[in-house]
Amino acid sequence: MAIETQPEKAEHSGGGGPGGPPAARPWWMRPAIHTAILGAVLGYFLGHWLGNFVASGYQQVVEGDENNFAIVFGYLAATAGFLAGLGVFNDLLRQMVGLPPRDHDDGGGSGLARYFRFTLDHKVVGIQYLVGMIIYFCTAGLFAMAIRTELLSPSYHLFNAGAYIEIVGEHGTMMMMLMSSLVLGPFGNYLVPIMIGSKRVAFPRMEALSFWLTPCAFLILLSGLLFGGFPFGWTGYAPLSIQATQGADSYAVAFGLMGISIILAGFNMVCTIICYRAPGMRWSRLPIFVWSMLTTALLMVLAAPVLVGGMYMMLTDRTVQTAFFVPDLGGSSYLYENLFWFFGHPEVYILALPGFGIVSEIIPVFTRKPLFGYKVSAAGMFGVAILSFFVWQHHLFDSGMDPDMRPLFMITTELISIPTGFIYLVALGTFWKARFRFSVPMLFALGMYFNFLIGGISGVMLSDVPADTTAHGSFFVMAHFHYTIMGGLVFAFMAGLYYWLPKMTGIRLNLRLGKIQFWTMFVFFNSTFLPMFAIGEAGQPRRVFEYAANLQTLNDWSSISSFLLGGSILLFVINFIWSTVFARVREEGNPWRSRGLEWQIPSPPPPDNFEHIPVVLSDPYRYGFKDAGPVADLYPPAGVISGALTGSGA
Amino acid sequence: MSLTARIITVAAAFLALTAGVVFVLAHYLLAEPPTVVFGAGQAPGQPVSMTIMTDPVNDVSSHPDWVSYFVKSPQTGQWVHSTIWQLPPHTRVNVTAYQFDTCDPLRNQLMGEVTGTVGNVMAVSGEADGLNGPGISVVNSDTTCGVAHTFNVPELGINVPFEGILYTAKNQCTLAPCAMSFTHVTTTFSFITPGPGDYRWQCFIPCGLASVDGNGHAMSTIGFMTGYLDVA
Amino acid sequence: MAETAGVAAQPSGAGPNHGLRILLLWLPAALAADLVIWFVWGPHLPPGDMSSSAASQQFDLRVLAVLAAPVFLAVLICAGYSMITWRVRGDDDGEDGPPIEGNAKVQVSWIAISSALILGLAAFGTYQLIAPAGAGAGEGPQPIWQPDGKPVVVQVIAQQWLFTYRYPQYGGVETTQLELPVGEPVQFNVTSLDVIHSFWAYQLGVKADANPQVNNVAYTTPEHAGTVTVRCAELCGLWHGAMYDYGKVVSVAAFQAWAHRTETSMAKITKTLPPYALIYTPNEIKGLANFYYQAGLPGAGGGYYGNQYYPDEP
Repeated sequence: MAIETQPEKAEHSGGGGPGGPPAARPWWMRPAIHTAILGAVLGYFLGHWLGNFVASGYQQVVEGDENNFAIVFGYLAATAGFLAGLGVFNDLLRQMVGLPPRDHDDGGGSGLARYFRFTLDHKVVGIQYLVGMIIYFCTAGLFAMAIRTELLSPSYHLFNAGAYIEIVGEHGTMMMMLMSSLVLGPFGNYLVPIMIGSKRVAFPRMEALSFWLTPCAFLILLSGLLFGGFPFGWTGYAPLSIQATQGADSYAVAFGLMGISIILAGFNMVCTIICYRAPGMRWSRLPIFVWSMLTTALLMVLAAPVLVGGMYMMLTDRTVQTAFFVPDLGGSSYLYENLFWFFGHPEVYILALPGFGIVSEIIPVFTRKPLFGYKVSAAGMFGVAILSFFVWQHHLFDSGMDPDMRPLFMITTELISIPTGFIYLVALGTFWKARFRFSVPMLFALGMYFNFLIGGISGVMLSDVPADTTAHGSFFVMAHFHYTIMGGLVFAFMAGLYYWLPKMTGIRLNLRLGKIQFWTMFVFFNSTFLPMFAIGEAGQPRRVFEYAANLQTLNDWSSISSFLLGGSILLFVINFIWSTVFARVREEGNPWRSRGLEWQIPSPPPPDNFEHIPVVLSDPYRYGFKDAGPVADLYPPAGVISGALTGSGA
Repeated sequence: MSLTARIITVAAAFLALTAGVVFVLAHYLLAEPPTVVFGAGQAPGQPVSMTIMTDPVNDVSSHPDWVSYFVKSPQTGQWVHSTIWQLPPHTRVNVTAYQFDTCDPLRNQLMGEVTGTVGNVMAVSGEADGLNGPGISVVNSDTTCGVAHTFNVPELGINVPFEGILYTAKNQCTLAPCAMSFTHVTTTFSFITPGPGDYRWQCFIPCGLASVDGNGHAMSTIGFMTGYLDVA
Repeated sequence: MAETAGVAAQPSGAGPNHGLRILLLWLPAALAADLVIWFVWGPHLPPGDMSSSAASQQFDLRVLAVLAAPVFLAVLICAGYSMITWRVRGDDDGEDGPPIEGNAKVQVSWIAISSALILGLAAFGTYQLIAPAGAGAGEGPQPIWQPDGKPVVVQVIAQQWLFTYRYPQYGGVETTQLELPVGEPVQFNVTSLDVIHSFWAYQLGVKADANPQVNNVAYTTPEHAGTVTVRCAELCGLWHGAMYDYGKVVSVAAFQAWAHRTETSMAKITKTLPPYALIYTPNEIKGLANFYYQAGLPGAGGGYYGNQYYPDEP
């Protein structure tokens, strides 16, 4: 259902509802990150005290010399305090006592200050997510550098075994939990409303909350290092995770909070796409990127609750001595494995689908051709999303699961490669007789296709149960998922960033540095992860700090390449900071000559996105058609809306 | 923001970040218990003596309730809280272990067998809840609560179960490092170190209180119930 | 457009037949790759052929690689050809490409070919799982694919952080050394005493997760003598990376001699072991329960849930 009527006046920037008393207070009195940090600190001490008050007499606490209650309560109260300090609950509390909510007309303030506030403008939230995600990615990348440094030698150990396993866990968890929103956070939140012709998102408060939960999750996860980290990697298998010391609470709380963030972000995205499309924006005209955001968001909403439930059960096992996952008193380690992977497999498609969306959105622009097989592409994304719920036991082939189930999950896992392969059908069709322009976004998109091809084919090999017997739990799996997630999602993120940053900020990244970044990143990425297929098949398991001496050459090749890859990412960070903070080269028009609706408005977009709700006339891929009109009418006269529903275009 | 302000902000952020990374590395990730060196400055082939003790508490770390090993430094004669011991290669090491802790049953009774030592035996004296004498090769913790800790080096096949003191013993140590006046059991054994390398050692009596299967806490933390033999 | 009008005889209309060119580039490349993979690389593919499961996995890998290479090359050659042939040379004149939105024949063929490949692979994989009696993977407590003949039974006990092996057919003796006879089927009963581990015998092509209080059965038949690297393949805590040992596959006679010798020399400690069972619950050492209660001791489990036999705290 698209919006049927023209609103009488322009809506508030980013949404927010009717106004109350205007906010005319000085910046330090308005809730922002400084009040949030204050709230977090107060909350942590309160929660920790409460935990000690409640549980310090428990036998488990006294004997174990650690109070998991105090830690968990401390973290949760710190998060609540952080959000309260940000002003998340202010409007709710005002309405509860009968006052109207504050006027959010100014979009959270002006200048830089609004990026440190809880704001209802989806564009501000998008930029917040962008900076946050880059910070999280680079932090987790530093841990990866530490891992590769340790693996330079099979016998000389820079880090002792305990520190090494902490580092592995931090790297994996930080990447897997935070990168779920790598694309939906910045690009989805910023661009989807504009792409569908809306002035706002459906639930701006949910969207902003989903962002502010990410620094909480990130910092809570990092703080696990202060407690000795957690020794079970990102998968958190019980009963090891129940046995582990205090750092495991950081893992469970952080992952649980991030799960909530994912649910909120997905919920908002689904409702926005379904309910806020402009008149004329039929499903058949929806940009393919929006399709990918819709399917990703549906996966988020359906899979993440299982994660939150699993983390909650882990916490109760660790604190109040429930026995869900401890076999000694009737629990089952298999329960955790299945709960986790029931979330875990859709999670990796949450990571993969946005990458598909970005590259499919970009290649028509740089080949000047319509997207080949648009319907197949969208159907493929839905196929992947639906099938992703039926494949999770392929992570458990050797676990002692019911052997009759294994051919079933082998078939479903192999079947999912068919809709995944549609992106290649679409790409090759779009490349056919195209007019290639190899700008930086196109280079990254092409790199994504190459990397994901290797990742995807190795995935089909892993789905074969006999072949999986050797490959499971080895570096072969590591190479597979780094190729699909880093080679796929991260390369697509770079493509999207170079492509859309001019739209979002009016500033472009330095394209020469971008080309250097692409080539170094592509070469060193492949050089780092290609040997890992061999290393895994030669017998090196994951997460180990000692390996067979004859594998040292391959490991060294991989490690040195990873350092150079880190250098390439550093180059990106330098480019990003230089371009946005110092050089600030303006790029206000439509530099890529794209037909997308988001490119038809100024860069950066005005606070309301559109002066009037546009009437969409066609899909954004009308390249090459002699009689193609504009993608939308940005200044529709009143009364033309009903005509638009039967308007031109496919 | 003016150009100067921007430069200062970026530079400050970069410095803060680097300081943070260096701090985390130095304080948390690279921090290790000290290495105690044995046989330094000694002619190769000469036997080395090592004196260790296991205490029910440690009083010297952030986890004072955790069971711990202490080793007598050959340089200072003081007890050092460390489980990383550097030994010369291809050398006979004569170990004297003072055991101040009460017993727990073995999770896997195979670890009651003395292996990997010279003669595959150990000598036990003191108020042990179990066998006493010079040539002990098997301790059965199934019928008696006989063992407190095991010194096990999996890569070298060394396993020595340290017998525990009687649970009813008077004068039990609660202040570590424990003085000899407290009730203890003395175990002596010898083993030959192999070529250079890092050989991990651990205990197989899961006594990590209030952790699932007892293998958490001190059992999984280097510096307490597990460590390295750094043969160099 | 780039095509010249003079080559009108080609089936696709104006211009050279790009499809044919791509086919002519791909066919020899795919054929060459497949021949190299099958004949040159194939016999050396991991995990080798020291056992029946390893050999069957090596064969699987060969078939998968032979099917993957042409697919990989097809996509690369098609994309690469497009990029080279239709790149914009010189100045970008801003013109668009032809408005091709879809091609029903191409789309249907793609879906049909990929579906056929996938379904074929699924059938092949299923057969390869059943025929070699489970292909070395852990089948759980009730395995449905078993080898013929009476297997040598080895119980693999995983604990933090060591593998031990128990031979019920030799008095239930437990060793830290894995030794197996060549040519006879082996049944691995894999279990854990504490957390999840995974028994990965690389050269034997066996991987079975060790879950606490679960018996996970895997089968294989060693076919050549040699050394077997056993590593833990599931993160199990601090020393997961150091949890490995080296087993041996020896002749039947040597194995029998070793087994009897070990049984005799370890008789004393075997008497103290609990009776052989498919799973163990070390937290419930029955003989000592009363003793623990009297002494206020936690039991071989850290007392996480107190003492099972006497629920009231001492």
